[in-house]
Amino acid sequence: MEKHHLKGWLYLLPAFLFLGAFMIYPLADVFVYSFEEGYNSASQTFYGVGTYNYSYVLHDPYFLQALKNTFLLVVITVPLSTGFALLISMALSSVKPLKELFQTIYFLPYVTNTLAVGLVFMILFKKTAYSDGLVNLLINWFGGNSVDFIDGPYWAKMFVLCFYTIWVVMPFKILILTSSLASVNQVYYNAARVDGTSRFRIFRKITLPMISPTVFYLVITGFIGAFKAYSDAVALFGTNLNAAEMNTIVGYIYDMLYGDSGGYPSYASAAAILLFAIVLTITCINLLVSRKHVHYS
Amino acid sequence: MKIVLEHLTKEFPGRGKKNPGKVIAVNDFSFQIPDGKLVGLLGPSGCGKSTTLNLICGLLKPTGGKILFGEDDVTNLPPEHRGVGLVFQNYALYPHLTVLKNITFPLENLRGADKLTKSQMEERALEAARLVQIEALMDRKPGELSGGQQQRVAIARALVKMPKVLLLDEPLSNLDARLRLQTREEIRRIQQQTRITTVFVTHDQDEAMSISDLIVVMKEGVVQQIGKPQEVYDDPVNLFVAKFLGTPPINVFQGTVKNERLSIGGDEIMDVKGVADQEVAVGIRPEGFLLQEDGPLRCDLSRIEVMGRDISLVSTHKCCENPAIRSIIDAESSVDTSAETVRFAIKPHKLFLFQKENGERIRF
Repeated sequence: MEKHHLKGWLYLLPAFLFLGAFMIYPLADVFVYSFEEGYNSASQTFYGVGTYNYSYVLHDPYFLQALKNTFLLVVITVPLSTGFALLISMALSSVKPLKELFQTIYFLPYVTNTLAVGLVFMILFKKTAYSDGLVNLLINWFGGNSVDFIDGPYWAKMFVLCFYTIWVVMPFKILILTSSLASVNQVYYNAARVDGTSRFRIFRKITLPMISPTVFYLVITGFIGAFKAYSDAVALFGTNLNAAEMNTIVGYIYDMLYGDSGGYPSYASAAAILLFAIVLTITCINLLVSRKHVHYS
Repeated sequence: MKIVLEHLTKEFPGRGKKNPGKVIAVNDFSFQIPDGKLVGLLGPSGCGKSTTLNLICGLLKPTGGKILFGEDDVTNLPPEHRGVGLVFQNYALYPHLTVLKNITFPLENLRGADKLTKSQMEERALEAARLVQIEALMDRKPGELSGGQQQRVAIARALVKMPKVLLLDEPLSNLDARLRLQTREEIRRIQQQTRITTVFVTHDQDEAMSISDLIVVMKEGVVQQIGKPQEVYDDPVNLFVAKFLGTPPINVFQGTVKNERLSIGGDEIMDVKGVADQEVAVGIRPEGFLLQEDGPLRCDLSRIEVMGRDISLVSTHKCCENPAIRSIIDAESSVDTSAETVRFAIKPHKLFLFQKENGERIRF
């Protein structure tokens, strides 16, 4: 028996070594840095130990802006993208002709190069010397005034960021939901039909509970992904996100490390730990809520 | 509520280039199911019995013919307006709902004047649950129930909306042998108690024979014979029906009729009045054999199987189509186990003649 244990640990050792060196050690290190005041990574020195880093970050207007942006992004994009994905996959599973074609079309954004996507959004939203962008053309068509979506008011920029995020994350959700919907046994729908159940009730009482584990998975990963958003904002608004008021928490952490105002690993660590705490809390809440509404067979 | 099927036909279109031919699952099915009776649709798999059931409940639309419930033509009515209760082969209980919620599910769909309050629904559910004796399980989820209990929940769910017609699709096929016996009695009891016209589909002739008022034997979409179980067993219209009903199955021999005398492999068996000279298929039920020292049919004895009440003699004959002839005789009769041949006399009403080419019955 003892021998078997040893063998088991031996098999796990390579994975442990790698995970330890590249995941657990850095995590622990970040946690330690976040309490070391004025840590300098070059000289490996710091002034003292305490919670000053957290206090600084929590009073930094840039961080608060990033926090607000991230929260808005999460609250808007996760429900909307999941909801739209659900609607589209429901529609996809109910059409018969050209089903494969539609599925391919809806999955295309997932395999499209980020730069190409950025170009598309540029054409849609960016104001240039020659045009105000396609969306503005539409707004003008309906008699509205042009809006500068990239350098203009906060709400316009937030709208573009949310739009972009939803558009980018949806294909994967559609793919997962379509296969999940296909796995629901047709016999339940037949049973419900014989009992005269309305389509809406079938969806709410049968389809949704049956695919609830998938929906829950998408919501959790959606939350985590949105909290870690950064590259989307950079793609739209450039690297100086603080100036554009469009920074995210991860963006703030990056700026603190390497940005123009960078060189503060202690602050970055504190912000990273804060982000971790937020994600952990939200995930725990999700898990609690799911206990009542998610049905595992 | 009587159910009338008039020239009911269902064709499925061919699929793709490989199978362009259409499939006729149900072919010109006409039948009246009398009010309050239990009818068994019986046939091998692929014979169209489940399709017939789906046509009656409305999940499938017929390509021809009519379905009437009482005097009402329901052919084009969607399933929810037909007032049928359907029990699926795998029960189709909603796994995320409790037994109570499963049973009240159809009631919650009622709208307008039929709308029930929550307590009325629970009362009706409890009533249905009592009928199938599962009132102690109301708070469980289907996954926590045994197969037999799930079956009862499914029946309760079908009954709770007081359907005019109850349809059961292979209701016993997912149960073990012992439970199957028990549950079929249960289905019979519930049907007798509620007096709901019931149609059930099965491939198991034993099941159909034991509880049905009427059985309908189907083959490849065509109805072969309709009648009371015993009548169909005692008077099959063709070789298919004769072979399909009865355990152990009927023994089929190659025989010849000459001068109104039937002979099997040279042994003259009996007189068959009015039958023209021809080659025939001879079906003899296992209980149609009588052990007799000077009996006309001589078979090579293989072994004897004792089944308590009866003994089953297993023998072979060169003209028999079955690999072994099974004959059931009284346990009291003494059999010489060392003998190499046994001789049988045949009970005339247990012997049927069929045409060699198409299996149609030849009456005599």
